[in-house]
Amino acid sequence: MQFHSPTSFAEAAKLAADAEGITRFLAGGTDVLVQLRADAVTPDTLIDIKQISGTHDITRRADGGWDLGVAVTGAEMTEHPDLSTDWPGLVEGMDLIGSTQIQGRATLTGNLCNGSPAADGVPGMVTAGVTVTVTGPDGDRVMPVEDIPAGPGRTTLAKGEVISAVHIPPRGAYGGDAYLRFIPRTEMDIAVVGCSVSLRRDGDVITEARVCLGAVAPTVVLVEDAAKALIGSALDEAALDALAAAAEAACNPINDKRGTIEFRTEVAGVLAKRAAKIAYDRAGGAK
Amino acid sequence: MARDEFEAERTTYNFVGTRPDRPDGIDKVTGRARFGADMTAPGMLHAVILRSPHAHAKIVKIDTSKAEAAPGVKAIVTRADFADGLDGENWNILENVMAGDTALYDGHAVCALAATSMLEARDAAKLVEIEYERIPHVTDVDKAMAPGAPVIREGADDGSVPAGMHPNVVRYHESGHGDVEAGFAKADLVLEETFKTEATHQGYIEPHACLGHMGTDGKGELWCCTQGHWNVQKVCAALLGTETSALRVTASEIGGGFGGKTAVFIEPVALALSRKANRPVKLVMPRADVFRATGPTSPASMDIKIGMTKDGTITAAKGVFRLSGGAFPEAPMEFSAMCAFACYDLENVLQMGYDVMSNRPKQAAYRAPGAPMAAFAVESVLDEMCNQLGLDPLEVRLKNAAKTGSKASYGPRFDQIGLVETLEAAINHPHYKAPLAEGQGRGVACGFWFNHGGETSVSLMLSEDGTAQIAVGTPDIGGSRASMALMAAEVLGIPYENIRCVIADTSSLGYNEISHGSRVTYASGLATIKAAKDAVNRMCQRAAAKWGIDPDAVYWEDGYAKPSGPNAGEFDPMHITEITANMGATGGPINGHFEATPEGAGVSFGTHIVDAEVDPETGHTKILRYTVVQDAGKAVHPTYVEGQYQGGAVQGIGWALNEEYIYGEDGSLQNALFLDYRVPVASDLPMIDTVIVEVPNPGHPFGVRGVGETGIVPPLAAIANAVSNAAGVRMRQLPASPPRILAALKDRDAG
Repeated sequence: MQFHSPTSFAEAAKLAADAEGITRFLAGGTDVLVQLRADAVTPDTLIDIKQISGTHDITRRADGGWDLGVAVTGAEMTEHPDLSTDWPGLVEGMDLIGSTQIQGRATLTGNLCNGSPAADGVPGMVTAGVTVTVTGPDGDRVMPVEDIPAGPGRTTLAKGEVISAVHIPPRGAYGGDAYLRFIPRTEMDIAVVGCSVSLRRDGDVITEARVCLGAVAPTVVLVEDAAKALIGSALDEAALDALAAAAEAACNPINDKRGTIEFRTEVAGVLAKRAAKIAYDRAGGAK
Repeated sequence: MARDEFEAERTTYNFVGTRPDRPDGIDKVTGRARFGADMTAPGMLHAVILRSPHAHAKIVKIDTSKAEAAPGVKAIVTRADFADGLDGENWNILENVMAGDTALYDGHAVCALAATSMLEARDAAKLVEIEYERIPHVTDVDKAMAPGAPVIREGADDGSVPAGMHPNVVRYHESGHGDVEAGFAKADLVLEETFKTEATHQGYIEPHACLGHMGTDGKGELWCCTQGHWNVQKVCAALLGTETSALRVTASEIGGGFGGKTAVFIEPVALALSRKANRPVKLVMPRADVFRATGPTSPASMDIKIGMTKDGTITAAKGVFRLSGGAFPEAPMEFSAMCAFACYDLENVLQMGYDVMSNRPKQAAYRAPGAPMAAFAVESVLDEMCNQLGLDPLEVRLKNAAKTGSKASYGPRFDQIGLVETLEAAINHPHYKAPLAEGQGRGVACGFWFNHGGETSVSLMLSEDGTAQIAVGTPDIGGSRASMALMAAEVLGIPYENIRCVIADTSSLGYNEISHGSRVTYASGLATIKAAKDAVNRMCQRAAAKWGIDPDAVYWEDGYAKPSGPNAGEFDPMHITEITANMGATGGPINGHFEATPEGAGVSFGTHIVDAEVDPETGHTKILRYTVVQDAGKAVHPTYVEGQYQGGAVQGIGWALNEEYIYGEDGSLQNALFLDYRVPVASDLPMIDTVIVEVPNPGHPFGVRGVGETGIVPPLAAIANAVSNAAGVRMRQLPASPPRILAALKDRDAG
C-alpha cells in the first residue's frame, strides 16, 4: 500500500490519476480505516488530504453562504456558533453520525463519498442545495451534491477526481430545515429511514421546499413531488398527507437486517411529515 | 470448639450487607487490570482462525502450501493436529473448535495459522485455499424438525426421542404432575398460544482472548479470559491429548461473560499452534468471529396452554418447548420446560422439550439458559388471560404463587422460598400504582431459576501482620472478590480492607467448577466462610496452647481469641495480630482450607414491573420505567446485587426489543457486528429501580442465594406484556422490533 500526504488538491488528483488498483482518499478515516481493518476494502493507494491548507476551515462567504473544508469534522460543525443557526437540519444530520469520538474525526465529504444511501449527513446537504468543487486532472468543476452518489458504495466521480470544497448556499430569510432518521435505538445506529426537509415561508405559506429521503433506495432521493405537495400550502393536513404519499411513492427500498420494504416505506411518510413540521416551525423563527 | 456461632442462622452482621469500594476498581479504571488480550510473552506469535463462509458444506480440500511459504508464518493447524479417539462432549467441543470433514455453520473454524506479526498472519490467511462443496442447510428451529430438513448429524438421538421424529431432534424431556386434561375441563377460560424467540448473544464487550505456550513435551501454560479455568484445563488437555496436570491455566480479568465464557473455543487452537511452532501464541477473536462462532442462546419455538377459573386460579398448564443449540446436541430445552411453570403452585402441569440441531453455532449458556424464553411464553399467556378476565395480573400471580412446601412443577418440594415476598413488594411498590398516559402500557412478570452449588475449593492464608489472603478458583464475573472479602471479614473479625481475594491458577488450588449457575457467592462464599472458620480454629488452638487451656475453652469474637468463660481461666483476649506475629514459632503458618460440593443453593424468584410507550406510527418502543424485585436470600454487597438485577433487566430489554441473530437465505449471519446486533445503549434506558427481598437460604451459613441469573428471566415477558398493552396488540415473537410491531398493528387494523 502506498500512502501519500499531498499539499494541494491538484497534487492529490494527479496522485489518484496515476495510481493503479484501488485508491481511497483519507480525511477522517471513519469509513476508510474501518473497511481496511475489516478486510472489506484494502486500498493500494491511500491519499491523506487533510494536510492540505484550508481543509479544516469553516468560512462565511460575502453572500451569507458557507464554504467548508473537506476535513471539517462533525464536532467542528456542531460547535460552530453560527452554522447551525442557519442550517440546523444539515448540522443535526451530521451530528447524528456515530459517537463523540467519531464526531471528532468524521467529515461531511467523507460521508458523501462513502456512497451509503443511509448516510445521515447527505439528505441535509441535498435539501440545502449544497454544491461541491471537484478537482480532477482537467481542473475544477462544481457539482450539486445529489449528483455525487451512484449507488451503494459508489460515486459518479471519475478516476483522479477528488472533492476539494463544500459550498452551502446562503440561508436567507424565513428558511428552515430539519433532518430526522428512524433507528430502533436512540443513538449509535444506522438510519433505517432518513428524511430531510428544507423550506421557506412567506407568512404561513411555503414558497420553496426540498425533500430528500435516505435509506429507501440505492442512493439518497430528492423527491420533487414531495416538494410540490408542500409549496403553496400552510402545512395543513391535506398537504402533509400529500407529502407523505409522495415520500412513500419515491421509496424503492430493500428487505434487509435493518428493516422491511413495508416498514421503510411507511416510516418514510411519517418522518417526512414530522421533519416538515419542524422545518416549518424553524422557518417561522422557532428554535 | 465450644461455641460455633456460624452454624446457627445469623441475623446481625458487621461487614456483610455493607457497601465498601470494590477491590478491582482502581485496577480497572487505570488500565492496570490485565484482560485476556493484555498478556504478552517474548517471542510471541499472533494467530488467525479461518472460518467457513458457508452454513453447511463438505470440506473437500485445504491447501496450505502458499500460506506456509508466506513471510513470518510459523505454524498452521487443521483438525489433524488435535487428538483423535475422543467421545462425548469432548468430541463435540473439538468438532466445534476445529471442523472435521464438514463445516456445520457460517463461521465454523476450519484452519488456523500463527505468524510473527498480526499483519503477516492476516495476509497469510488469505493464501490458504479451501475448497468447499455446499450442501443444504437449515437455521430455523421449526424448519429443522420438519420433514425433509437436511440432517445435521445422523444418529445423534440419545434414545429419549419419541419414534417418528426427524433425526435433527436429538433429545426429549417430559415432566410434570397431575392430569392436565382434567384441569383444563375445570377452567372457565383456556388459552393456547404459540411463541417464538430468536437467538441472542451474551454481548460481552471483551472478545475471547488467550496466550498459550505448549512445548513439544506436552507441558504448557495458558492465560485466558474464561469463567472457569479448571474446565479449560481439562478440555484443552483432552483435545491436545496431554495430561490435565501438564497444563497450567490462569484466568485473566474478565470483561463480561454472562455464561458465554463457560465454553472453550480458541484456547486449544492457540496451544496446538504453539506446540507446533514451539513459541507462545496469542489468539484474540475479532468481534465478528465472536458473534459467528461463539455460543449464542438457542432460538425457541413454544406452545403454551393454560386453564384458569374466573377468580384467577390456574387449573392446568401445559407447555411445549422446541430449542436449537446449533449443530450440536445441547439446547437447554429441559431448563425451559422445568422453569416455565415453576413460579406457580399447580395441581396439573405438563411440560415437554425438544432439542433440535440446525446449522447455527454451538449454543452456550446465557444467564439462566432456557428460562427467559419460557417465561416470555407463559407470562404472556397469563397476562392475556388476566386482560380477558379483568383480573389484576400481580394478584393472580400471588394467588397461584409457589410457597415453601409447594410441589414444584419440575418435581421436588420447595424449601424456604421468597416468591410471595417479591410479589407483595411489587404490589406495594409506588411504581405499580403510578398512572399511565395514553399510548403507554404496563407489564409484569415473574421468573424462576434453580441456582447451583458445584465443586469448590478455597484457601485462606494469614499473614504475619494479621491480614489475610483468599485464593478462590471462581473467576470474578460479578463482584465476588468483594463478597468473599466481606464474608471472610465477618468470620475473622478484621477489616474488609485487610483481606485480598485473588483468583488462583489451576496449579495453586483444587478443582473449581466454572463460575456459572449463580453459584459463586453461594458456593465459593460458603467455602470462604468455612476456610476462614478453619483458620479461626487454628488461631484458637494457638491461644489455647499459650494459655495452657483446652482449645474447646477458646472462642473467637471480633478478631480476638477469648476464653469461653470463668471456668476456662482469666486471660486477656488475644488479637489476631498477636497470634499471627508469632505463628512461625508457635506451630507454623496458619491457613484455612475448605473443599466440597455444596448442594444447598437456594432457588430464586423475581418479579418485574415495566412501563413502555409505543409510537403507533413507527413501532418504536421506549422503556419508561423499570422495577426489579428479587429475593437475594442475603445481599452480601448490596451494590453488586443491585448491579446484577439491573444488568439482567438491561440484557432482557435488548433481547425483548432489538437483539437477534439474523440469518440470510444462504444461512450466513447478517449482523455479526455491534452496529447491527443492537444491544441497548445507555440513552435507551431509564434508571432501573431495584428492591432486594431477603428470605434466607437455609443452605448457606449467611442465607445467601445466587442472584446472577434470575434477573434475566422475567424481563422478556414483562417487556412484551408492557409493549402489547401499550400497542393494543399481543406480540408473540421476540424481538418485538419496530418492523414487527408496525406489521402487527397493520394486521390488527386490517382485521
